[in-house]
Amino acid sequence: MPDYQLNINNKSVSVSAPADMPLLWVLRDLVGLTGTKYGCGIGQCGACTVRLAGAPVRSCSLPVSAAEGAKIATIEGLAKDGALSTLQAVWIEEDVAQCGYCQAGQLMSASALLEQNVNPTDADIDQAMSGNYCRCGTYIRIRKAIHTAAAKVREGDQA
Amino acid sequence: MSRRGEISHSLQEFGQVSRRGFLKLSGLAGGGMMLGWGVTGFAADETTLVGSAELNAYVQVQGDGKIIIYSGSPEMGQGIKTSLPMIVAEEMGADWADVTVVQAPEVDPEKYGRQSTGGSYTLYLNWNLMREMGATARDMFLAAAAIALEVPKAELKAEGSRVIHLPSGESRTYGQLAALAHKQPLPSKESLTFKDREDYRILGQSISQVDSLEIVTGVGDFGIDTKVADMLFGCYVKCPAVGGTLISANIDEVKRQPGVVDAWIIKGNGDVRELMDGVGIVGTDTWSVFKAREALEARWDEGNASKDSWQKFVAFAEAQPATGDKIVIEAGDVDAAFTSPDHKVISQLYEYPYLSHLCLEPMNCTAHYQSSSAGQDQLELWLPTQNGPRVQEMVKARYGIGKDAVKIHMKRMGGSFGRRTSQEYVIEAIELSKRSGRPVKLTWTREDSMRYDFLREGGFTHMKGAVNAEGQVVALEEHVVGVAPGGTPSRFTGPWASAFPFSTMQHVRASLTTMRMDTPVGPWRAPYSNTHAFASQSFFDELAALAGRDPIDLMLSLMGDRRWVKPDDIRSINTGRAIDVIQSVKASSGWGRTLPAARGLGFAFYFCHAAHVAEVAEVSVDASGQVTLHKVWAAVDVGPIINMSGATSQVQGSIIDGFSAMAGQKITMEDGRIQQTNLDRYPVLRIDQAPEVEVTFIQSDFDPTGLGEPGLPPLAPAVANAIFAATGRRVRKMPLTDAGFRV
Repeated sequence: MPDYQLNINNKSVSVSAPADMPLLWVLRDLVGLTGTKYGCGIGQCGACTVRLAGAPVRSCSLPVSAAEGAKIATIEGLAKDGALSTLQAVWIEEDVAQCGYCQAGQLMSASALLEQNVNPTDADIDQAMSGNYCRCGTYIRIRKAIHTAAAKVREGDQA
Repeated sequence: MSRRGEISHSLQEFGQVSRRGFLKLSGLAGGGMMLGWGVTGFAADETTLVGSAELNAYVQVQGDGKIIIYSGSPEMGQGIKTSLPMIVAEEMGADWADVTVVQAPEVDPEKYGRQSTGGSYTLYLNWNLMREMGATARDMFLAAAAIALEVPKAELKAEGSRVIHLPSGESRTYGQLAALAHKQPLPSKESLTFKDREDYRILGQSISQVDSLEIVTGVGDFGIDTKVADMLFGCYVKCPAVGGTLISANIDEVKRQPGVVDAWIIKGNGDVRELMDGVGIVGTDTWSVFKAREALEARWDEGNASKDSWQKFVAFAEAQPATGDKIVIEAGDVDAAFTSPDHKVISQLYEYPYLSHLCLEPMNCTAHYQSSSAGQDQLELWLPTQNGPRVQEMVKARYGIGKDAVKIHMKRMGGSFGRRTSQEYVIEAIELSKRSGRPVKLTWTREDSMRYDFLREGGFTHMKGAVNAEGQVVALEEHVVGVAPGGTPSRFTGPWASAFPFSTMQHVRASLTTMRMDTPVGPWRAPYSNTHAFASQSFFDELAALAGRDPIDLMLSLMGDRRWVKPDDIRSINTGRAIDVIQSVKASSGWGRTLPAARGLGFAFYFCHAAHVAEVAEVSVDASGQVTLHKVWAAVDVGPIINMSGATSQVQGSIIDGFSAMAGQKITMEDGRIQQTNLDRYPVLRIDQAPEVEVTFIQSDFDPTGLGEPGLPPLAPAVANAIFAATGRRVRKMPLTDAGFRV
């Protein structure tokens, strides 16, 4: 079984895994980072969203062999030095979650959006977030939270 | 206001609280106090329990002022883990900032109260209990402060986690008083007083879920995230058609797959809620066991498996007459009303599909079965379930392991919607652990979760109605064509005699015809109501059009006088509350305003789960049939709101979920096989399709009731009626993508 050196949340992690094992299962079962969720396994629901070299990707459909060498960011790395990111803090204030299962993926997609665009329109949010399902239907609060967090970032908060 | 005993009795199906003993009290190391359920049979003298770490705890106040409130109810996104402790905190006079909520560490209803959830009744069934808990603690803190400050108790007030002496302004914190408070006598239940609503500091406020921090940082306590030392990962493969038995499988080949530790042919007992035949595989990680399935070649005997065909069910239903085999409700003289020359009569067939629960967290359970050669086997479960007590019953019946030898960790559920009320995924995990001798986390694939669901049943309703010359609805008939798995009609197929609008009609008949369909079905968010509201309230709009009446005016006239149809029965409609929500949504939505072409408003009211809910939808439909749901206004009366944020969220979510299902979701089966086994063939509404939602709560003085379900049923008829207003086309079939529309 091949060994891989992964950069996960700015830490170097080595794993032995089959080359076709999706990053999702490497994170969850081999590394023990279970914040990234399994939803459908076919890249449809977005629950498994992580960021690879900054871009949101579906980790259920990304073989570990393709993840080596790029920075992997997961929900566990969103808070920096013990401080919540603005998105996380607003997510709590706005009480966005219901069951909460999709929210790690939602936050990873939202963080990628805010890094690119600190003044997103509703259409920008639709485009960035439409790959993330929420069965509970928290979309209204997700949209509001992104607008609120974007405004805070524009005022100088860290994304 | 309501006879709680009766309601509890009628709710036994949801797993009822055993009769509560009495409040119990104990001291904590460090001078704190604990207050909780009493266990019948324990001595009433609390000194026998002092120092017991295993005390039936509900509330703890520590010497440092920290207040810990245990939540015994399962949390699946409905917010109960936040709302019930809010009630306790309010009555005890706590500052919410001092409160930490902890999931009860085990399943034991004698200690933690009702630990199953369903039917949107958890709040209702716990309301007085939570208030008693809080008021008891408050009284004891007041008594302690009276001693500490040497003042009369009557001059004291509890507020913000402290007791204040009103004349002097002197105060003591709950932390300072905890050790003394726990020595105070428990007040009798009869002596307790509850706060007036106008004095509430916590209830009615918007409070973020107690698990919000864990959720946004990715450390949430979902079942699928369970990690146990020495744990294996497992899956369980069953016959593609439900009910098939296993003849043979290439187990040795499966065992040779990378990462596989072991595999077995497992014989079930033929009960889909317990254990079906299958191949169990355990390995070093989830991916390896999923992948090993590709190497599995199993031969199934489908002699007794489901042969269900959705197409045959459609043909059967369409051939049925207006009245079915079995009359469920009959009042007045429906036939006379339908044959009167003074009445206009129409009939229509409504259709609704099977639906998947689609909890985003797939079904899973972690089990550790420890065999013992001498004595009692032990079982530990990490379990996302709506009904832990029922799991305990099955474990006892199947393995002879009593409650005391089963440790259940209640895990947060990544959605449930009625799904996690069966036990087969638990038994599968136990079987894998028992065979491997190690803890096993069983995970179903998404395909497993859709193929072996207990689906919302599809069905049909023949609707027939008559209006008189004055434009009043004078008779209604509903004939449900539903399913009978194994030959027994599903209770969620309906019709239910207690349902709206039967109880408000003078001439009414409802009947049932079933076809044997073996695909398992079960409760799905607002069971029965979610299909009945669509058929009955879309048809109501047709009757309004036939009568030449505005549907809201017609509904208000049908409600008639303000009355509780069966007084003091929360399952019975109160027409006064109905009128209030209807008037509210009429005003908030600007009902009757002029809209551009191809844009329309639709109205629906429904009563279920003790909730009165009226909704108006604003829809536009373009020339290609593309439907856009712009906005939904909802008016809701569930009594006083506990958590404004959670309540609003439940209504918003119910509306979006309802539209998601209505827009494009449909499960079909042919030759017993589910034809949609992943999200590529089963669309979920995305953020760009979600409507704006405006919710108004009528906070009446009735006891508060739950909101996990009742916001959903009125949505589909409101949208269907809005589509009619926009286009002149009736929607008599869900999903919309089957009715000639696009979403």
